[in-house]
Amino acid sequence: MTEAPAKITDKLSAAVEKMPAFPKSVQRVLEITRDINLQPKELVSVIEKDPVMTMKLLRIINSAYYNFPKQVTTVNQALVYLGLNTVKNMALSFAAAGVLPQQNAAGFDMQRYLMHSLTTASLARMVCQKFGGDADPGDCYLAGLLHDFGKVVFAQFMPGEFREALAICQEQAIPLHLAERQAIGVDHSVVGAMLVEKWQFPKLLADAINRHHGDISPENTMLCSLFVADQISKKLSMGHSGNLVVDELPPALVDRFGGNIDGIIARLGDLSRVAEEAQSFAKIGTEATA
Amino acid sequence: MKVKFWGVRGSIPSPGPKTMRYGGNTTCIEVRTDGNDLIVLDGGTGIFPLAQTLLKELPVTAHIFNTHSHWDHIHGLPFFIPIFIPGNNIHLYGAFDPISGAGPERIMSIQMQYSYFPVREAEMQSRIHYQTVMPGEMVSVGTATVTPTLLNHPVINLGYRIECNGKSVFFTGDHEPHYNIYVPGDDGYAEYQALVEEQWQSIVESIRGVDILIADSAYTRQEYPAKKGWGHGTFDSSIQLALAAGAKTLYCTHHEPTRSDDDLERVFAEALARYDGTAGLPAIRLAREGDEIEI
Repeated sequence: MTEAPAKITDKLSAAVEKMPAFPKSVQRVLEITRDINLQPKELVSVIEKDPVMTMKLLRIINSAYYNFPKQVTTVNQALVYLGLNTVKNMALSFAAAGVLPQQNAAGFDMQRYLMHSLTTASLARMVCQKFGGDADPGDCYLAGLLHDFGKVVFAQFMPGEFREALAICQEQAIPLHLAERQAIGVDHSVVGAMLVEKWQFPKLLADAINRHHGDISPENTMLCSLFVADQISKKLSMGHSGNLVVDELPPALVDRFGGNIDGIIARLGDLSRVAEEAQSFAKIGTEATA
Repeated sequence: MKVKFWGVRGSIPSPGPKTMRYGGNTTCIEVRTDGNDLIVLDGGTGIFPLAQTLLKELPVTAHIFNTHSHWDHIHGLPFFIPIFIPGNNIHLYGAFDPISGAGPERIMSIQMQYSYFPVREAEMQSRIHYQTVMPGEMVSVGTATVTPTLLNHPVINLGYRIECNGKSVFFTGDHEPHYNIYVPGDDGYAEYQALVEEQWQSIVESIRGVDILIADSAYTRQEYPAKKGWGHGTFDSSIQLALAAGAKTLYCTHHEPTRSDDDLERVFAEALARYDGTAGLPAIRLAREGDEIEI
């Protein structure tokens, strides 16, 4: 890999603008927008479950054209600011880009990726709500939804290199982000963070995505919520995105949360709904393309 | 500053015996600053009679601020005669549309296509300047300033606040107050309610203390439930906005195209009666084509 990360980010950023979204959301957007009495909350619930659509929507709304007093991080905010019809037509234009193929040259499992992203998003929001802190639960959801976005971008636009990374991860039994550094020169957390930073998403979000495989500072609520959610999603087999390694909680986080991962899971209560909701979204998408 | 209504009708021109008193032309408001700079708010069919009066004062420099790109706010623009006359300067301001990825230039290029209009865009002989404006970013026009505010409509809609020597006018264009898309008990209800209230407050602040508020009051309170989400306000929502912002005078506009003059006066009177005796109530009037106000 000879390109500098900034150059990769420019190239990938341009590519992502044309990137298709996940099959289920494309199908649902086309279905629900045929009804003139479309329920706005249905549209929100479709867009916010698709990392590609969410990325594209927030990228446009955070662009320089609207000058919002603060960065927009939730689909609900986008709907309040731009209005239902505009968001609906934006979703239709995203749907017009086609659907992300379930099979890709990198051999990356898109369904498991989507399951993992959705469950991490919901869990990050729950962890933030349950344990408190200075982060916004909506921002934590977004961090969870997008934390591995770099991987889907690699799979789509650098399939050869990413395939190699997945192979190294398997053969050497090392975490995927380390294998990516070997095969691509940069890992998904760096690329994901650079993309959201380039698109003027909040700095804290870029920071959480960037550091989700690094040092987890116990003071950073968004990063902690994301890290914990990421591990719970893998530990409870709610999905993964090529990396099966469940990291132990560092001692400082055990202090902050008053226990280890199992303790946190127990305090969150019944999590079956999180997995079921994500599964219904990710799974029907697969059937739709069959 | 002077404000003159050239078109007060919503949706579609509605000429005829039942709309003679308030007028059938679609939205167009002329604002003259103290320095006689010409600001035009929207180019509905009302801009055509306005154009006739401008032919006496050539060359013309006009600053046209488009609230949004729906037909009733743009379809007079190709008939704004000064655009065809060399020596005139026309500035068209408007929002960036995230769907088309274009600014106000598209309003002219789309309308002046061969199938829809006999003269091509390239044949306009005046100097036309297009400027995409952003919410909160003030634009200077001679002795006045114009500040856009993002409002709520099925397409991006900017309200404009014009200030000149301590006097001010705010025009909403088309606007429906934000409402919660969730019902109590839904997961997203509280979050969305907070967003709705934040937007309300920010809009009120952008209108704060204006001498004249001209607001979309298309529907009655009774009609509104069937029109929810269509992007228009009611007499009641406009009165509440004027009250909250401390506007001195409210002009209700965007009259419903099927409403006769008699009906318009009746539903307006009914709405006013509900606020009888309310403290701080501004003067409230119906916008009427041809009326001129000096502030």
